[in-house]
Amino acid sequence: MAAAETSAARRDTVPRLLTFNAEHYADKPAYREKEFGIWQSWSWAEAKNEINKLATGLLTMGLKPGDHVALLGRNRPYFYWAMIAAQTNGAVPVPVYQDSVADEIAYVLAHCSARYIFAEDQEQVDKILEIQDKLPELKAVIYLDEGGMRKYDRSQLHSYSDVQAAGENASQKQKADLARREAEQTGADTCAMLYTSGTTGQPKGVVLSNDNIIKTAEASSDFDKLNVNDSVLAYLPMAWVGDFIFSMGQAMWTGFCVCCPESTETMQHDLREIGPSYFFAPPRYFEGVLTNVMIRMEDAGKFKQSLFHYFMDHAQKVGGNILDGHAVSASDKLKYGLGRLLVYGPLLNTLGLSKVRVGYTAGEAIGPEIFSFYRSLGINLKQLYGQTEASVFITQQPDGQVRSDTVGVPSPGVEIKISDSGEVFYRSPGTFVEYYKNPKSTKETKDKQGWVATGDAGFMEKDTGHLRIIDRAKDVGKMKDGRLFAPKYVENKLKFYPTILEAVVFGADRDMCTAFINIDLQAVGNWAERNNIAYSSYQELAGNPDVYKMVQKHINEINRDVAADEMLSGCQIHRFLILHKELDADDGELTRTRKVRRRVIQDKFKELIDALYGGKSEIFTKTQVTYEDGTSGSISATLRIEDAVISSAQETAA
Amino acid sequence: MSKQTALLDSRDSYVTADGRTIGPAVMEMQNIILRFGGVVAIQDISFDIREGEIRAIIGPNGAGKSSMLNVINGFYHPQEGNVIYKGEVRKPLKPYEIAHQGIARTFQNIALFKGMSTLDNIMTGRLTHMKTGMLAQALWWGKAQKEEVENRAFVERIVDFLEIQSIRKVPVGRLPYGLQKRVELGRALAAQPSLLLLDEPMAGMNVEEKEDMSRFILDVNEEFGTTIALIEHDMSVVMDLADRVVVMDYGRKIGDGTPDEVRSNQAVIDAYLGVSHD
Repeated sequence: MAAAETSAARRDTVPRLLTFNAEHYADKPAYREKEFGIWQSWSWAEAKNEINKLATGLLTMGLKPGDHVALLGRNRPYFYWAMIAAQTNGAVPVPVYQDSVADEIAYVLAHCSARYIFAEDQEQVDKILEIQDKLPELKAVIYLDEGGMRKYDRSQLHSYSDVQAAGENASQKQKADLARREAEQTGADTCAMLYTSGTTGQPKGVVLSNDNIIKTAEASSDFDKLNVNDSVLAYLPMAWVGDFIFSMGQAMWTGFCVCCPESTETMQHDLREIGPSYFFAPPRYFEGVLTNVMIRMEDAGKFKQSLFHYFMDHAQKVGGNILDGHAVSASDKLKYGLGRLLVYGPLLNTLGLSKVRVGYTAGEAIGPEIFSFYRSLGINLKQLYGQTEASVFITQQPDGQVRSDTVGVPSPGVEIKISDSGEVFYRSPGTFVEYYKNPKSTKETKDKQGWVATGDAGFMEKDTGHLRIIDRAKDVGKMKDGRLFAPKYVENKLKFYPTILEAVVFGADRDMCTAFINIDLQAVGNWAERNNIAYSSYQELAGNPDVYKMVQKHINEINRDVAADEMLSGCQIHRFLILHKELDADDGELTRTRKVRRRVIQDKFKELIDALYGGKSEIFTKTQVTYEDGTSGSISATLRIEDAVISSAQETAA
Repeated sequence: MSKQTALLDSRDSYVTADGRTIGPAVMEMQNIILRFGGVVAIQDISFDIREGEIRAIIGPNGAGKSSMLNVINGFYHPQEGNVIYKGEVRKPLKPYEIAHQGIARTFQNIALFKGMSTLDNIMTGRLTHMKTGMLAQALWWGKAQKEEVENRAFVERIVDFLEIQSIRKVPVGRLPYGLQKRVELGRALAAQPSLLLLDEPMAGMNVEEKEDMSRFILDVNEEFGTTIALIEHDMSVVMDLADRVVVMDYGRKIGDGTPDEVRSNQAVIDAYLGVSHD
């Protein structure tokens, strides 16, 4: 008993997990990254050595326990090491969304008073230099890639390798200091601070303790039997809690290998080369890949097409059942096996999903067809529901109980209750400590007993115990006549069409619902090519009458679907328009995780909304846009407004 | 002769405002005259290119810029005048000698092998650095294997530098124009030239592609210290990039100096904006 306690005690902080892994899995791969066209690997022992040098280097530069160390860059082993090096010193890593423009970054860096910043390259360093005067506490910027920075002032700028070299040359006393700092830490100390993407207002810094992260990682790893032989592709933003749990928490707990792609553009290719066994992607990714597959199949020869469709139909019929372990006839099994040989196997291999043992999707609702497509191919794709404040996991789907319309049962150790107003509350070991420097919000979100409001409306299914989410609680409103208004519910249904990328539905306190539509340029572009429709830009394609007709048809179908549910029948879309620009995070219309910012859109496109309700058939508009480099311009267009067919509940029944 | 700027002696070096060292002249053009039959393409032009600088040659269409570039790399041999390269007067060259003298170039109309991948195209730039014979290379044995691995590693540095990892194995014919230009730059860089010639590197590019290309040109010059001579139509780009500019019109040199000097030169303004003949 005593021995078990001490060994457990040794695994209560991330640096201790590192030591544990370096002892137990010394030669197992810990990190991989593709660089110069080759996959470079580091074993746990090598990783510990690298991290140790860096941690000592940071100490010699004056890093103090409790300091905030910000990170700006894409997923690279060096950044994961930097986080652990900071933790070893008792400092708090704060990964930041690296594609944010300087102003957004300024808020976060100033709010956490970052004293040290790790920046990937010139682009990121430039952003920091631009906002330097807002960061009085900043002591040093540490960069990875030297390119283009020869002329820069070096007083505050250090290269990653120089910091490591300083660590190697540190005095015995400094090394002893580091060991003491590491030994002093407990599970209650802060592990990391992650900023929420901020669907409303300014981002909030969510403080997560070692206990939060490690206990959640332990429970969730056990849930899916993750082990040291698994591997994951780290390609989602490091600032996002999901990546922190998968590539940091679970990887440190189980010792599995974290693989980083060569660049953002090569992700798909690198995925195929690595073939991870554990994979997470947002629904958007799975949608995109499916759309791609379908487009490419349409370009394939007749024979291949018929083969594909024949076996895909069969997979739809039995694939899911085989995956869930339900009884399937021997002949169906045989046919499925043949299909795997001819179609599913090669397809999965192309997609880089051959070895996926556990796959998750979350963040948004996933279309039932998309979900079943992947499951029928034999990928154990499941859904989970979580948020930053919970260290991700609130509910997840156990093997064998996977459905597209629920988000699963409470994760191990998580309690859930539904308030009278329908909002979901949870309490778990992963529940965050506080919002940094924001006791008011902390109090509003987390009560004295530790229950946290998710801000989502949902209900537990009585017979299965699965949680179902309807919408953001604050977005669920009432229409003028008192009927329920759940915009996201309708938007998600619209987005399940491959041609519709994004939809925003309005109707709160109105007498009818209307919608903005964003078409998917790739899918609609391909359709246009097939139908000999010429276009030169997104704007032109979006305004095409045939595209309008297609979208109108989709909306009519949705209306019929929505009408079937008596509670939500008020959410049918009466009028719509196709926006002349894609909603973009750079313009503040989406969050960095690409969620719609309803309020911003409502204000920005007020005249369009007025036109939708004012009965006009077209409207001229001019919109400000921000380009990736921060400069801005404007685009103008005349948008058509169309009516859709409204169904009544009786019609659907008949 | 147009008014020369206060130039230092061609053997001196100086440090620019942004901290780069510009060395002595690597190439000097002395009274070059180039004729095609009765047409005089270049009339008595003299200028020099200094080590480590970005030298631009600009001028209206038909001014003789591309001919000048071909004289610089030795493809054309002028009827009169001397080309002094690395301190020696250059004699007429055979094609393989041109390739070996350490001058690499890109072309106005992209001249890549369309059916070959990005990697293979850039590898062709390493050709002058390979010493093993055809047989050894075909068998991929011994020295040839080692040599190929070394050169491949060098090419990967360029791929990394130009940020074209995602198109490594894509046939260049399928790439958009801006990327093809970048691959062509990569191939020229692979030769590790001491003098890099760029023939309208921004032609036909959109603003974003131009910004990218400008950054790469500056980075090449800064990181590798490569001397660059470029022809360009886009005046704003030239004025931002170049240390010194030669302006040509109808085969003559009408201006030479820093961008500021050239911008205020009356002959240049006349050539670009036209003059009224009243």
